[in-house]
Amino acid sequence: MKELRLMKGNEALAEAAIRAGADAYFGYPITPQSEVIEYLMANRPEDRTGMVVLQAESEIAAINMVYGAAGCGKKAITTSSSPGISLKQEGLSYIAGAELPCVVANVVRGGPGLGTIQPSQSDYFQSVKGGGHGDYKLIVLAPNSVQEIVDFTRLAFELAFKYRNPVMIQSDGIIGQMMEKVELFEQIPRVEPDYDWATLGRKNGKPATFITSLQLQAEEQEKVNLRLQAKYREVEKNEVRYETYKCDDAEYLLTAFGSCARITRKAMEMARDKGYKVGLLRPQTLYPFPVDAFNKLAEQVKGILSVEMNAGQMIEDVKLAVNGKTKVEHFGRFGGMIPSPDEILNALEQKIIGG
Amino acid sequence: MTEEIIIAGFGGQGVLSMGQILCYSGVMQNKEVSWMPSYGPEMRGGTANCTAIISDEQISSPVLNTFDTAIVLNQPSMDKFEDAVKPGGLLIYEKNGMTRKPKRTDIDICAIGAYDESVKMKNTKVFNMIVIGGFLKIRPIIDIENVIKGLEKVLPERYHNLIPLNEEAIRKGMEIISVEHKLN
Repeated sequence: MKELRLMKGNEALAEAAIRAGADAYFGYPITPQSEVIEYLMANRPEDRTGMVVLQAESEIAAINMVYGAAGCGKKAITTSSSPGISLKQEGLSYIAGAELPCVVANVVRGGPGLGTIQPSQSDYFQSVKGGGHGDYKLIVLAPNSVQEIVDFTRLAFELAFKYRNPVMIQSDGIIGQMMEKVELFEQIPRVEPDYDWATLGRKNGKPATFITSLQLQAEEQEKVNLRLQAKYREVEKNEVRYETYKCDDAEYLLTAFGSCARITRKAMEMARDKGYKVGLLRPQTLYPFPVDAFNKLAEQVKGILSVEMNAGQMIEDVKLAVNGKTKVEHFGRFGGMIPSPDEILNALEQKIIGG
Repeated sequence: MTEEIIIAGFGGQGVLSMGQILCYSGVMQNKEVSWMPSYGPEMRGGTANCTAIISDEQISSPVLNTFDTAIVLNQPSMDKFEDAVKPGGLLIYEKNGMTRKPKRTDIDICAIGAYDESVKMKNTKVFNMIVIGGFLKIRPIIDIENVIKGLEKVLPERYHNLIPLNEEAIRKGMEIISVEHKLN
């Protein structure tokens, strides 16, 4: 039987990591993410499953510990918030280049710089477009509830190992701090890694495994890039996830991800009460982006409003997806400010319905 | 039924746990719930608030600007949230430490002397449970049995001996809350 609990998003992420059979967590405290490491320390997963929990000396150390653990075929996770995630970018690029699986969660706060500790979505570009150097992609999951934090943490490990690629869970200060009902899945046992790509020692005459993101010959590095691109096309084909609400008869479309999609849904209900035929498309994967879903709806609606807690980042992917077929506008609050449903409805009326 | 509640006061008054207890109780009564704390600089400044939503339906936005009910436990909180109550909504305020009465005439207003009562009960820690009792008297959205079940779930077993005291505090709150302004 599934277990029902009332949990904070950050605590739920920590519990889900244990239950997903993670071997190791390496992290460093930062608001609004600190409950993840606090929960793990308090719950002593080493007694439950043998999972290692370590507070590293810095965010950079934590991501490199993840790199090392992933190289050994272990299920490793690290979490942080925006400034800490910036510090991890070099490691993420190396892990993506070395084609290793890992899970990273960013409980996003307002930037740039040290910014503020309030919720934000201004790390969309960083997660989706790179952040580190080189032609690599993270698979980016955007939960909008505490339940999805749990489900996506499990999914993140599955995808990371399926594609041998880092997976980013894009949470934020709202999802991390709020409490909701969650159904927890049953403990998945930890497994002893047995992968031909992992550095497991040369037992039983196994040939040496060599993990690197360095190729001195350009021809070799191009081959790596071609292999990565082929993998990303597979990801784009298989792993797009999104939800639609009331899109069947929609004349106007709202789009938003994560916590902002919850607020935007309220605005959609208010717009429906006023008689406007408005739908909502919520990407659950930011990469791969639901290009086809947008493209199809673009033929039906008179305009799309992209609502984001940033100055306009996802809107670029929406515009690429609809390719000029319909008008696309942005509404956002930033720096840790949260838009109200009334503000969103007002922007919809001004920029899309009346505009 | 959807009840959107803001609870605000000083840190240490049990503001955040009041919201959590209401949500746990809501879960016991098979409701959808959401709880969102203030965790920003205002926390460090000594005032705290949380939004608790209890509903029969799926909850869309966990963050709100207007509320069905505001429970304000100090003057800065009344100043901040009196105007955020929806017309026809409810404002409950703690009498102790308030320097003025609410001004709104388009909402229900109730007052509770929970601090004085908790002193009489010789345990100021039950202050917030008295306030919860007062709220549930005016808005009986959750049965007291489910609040008790919620407490059993939240409290570690070693504190279960305190549950009867908390139940007493809830019932006291139900007795002492007074209606100051009622629409129709």
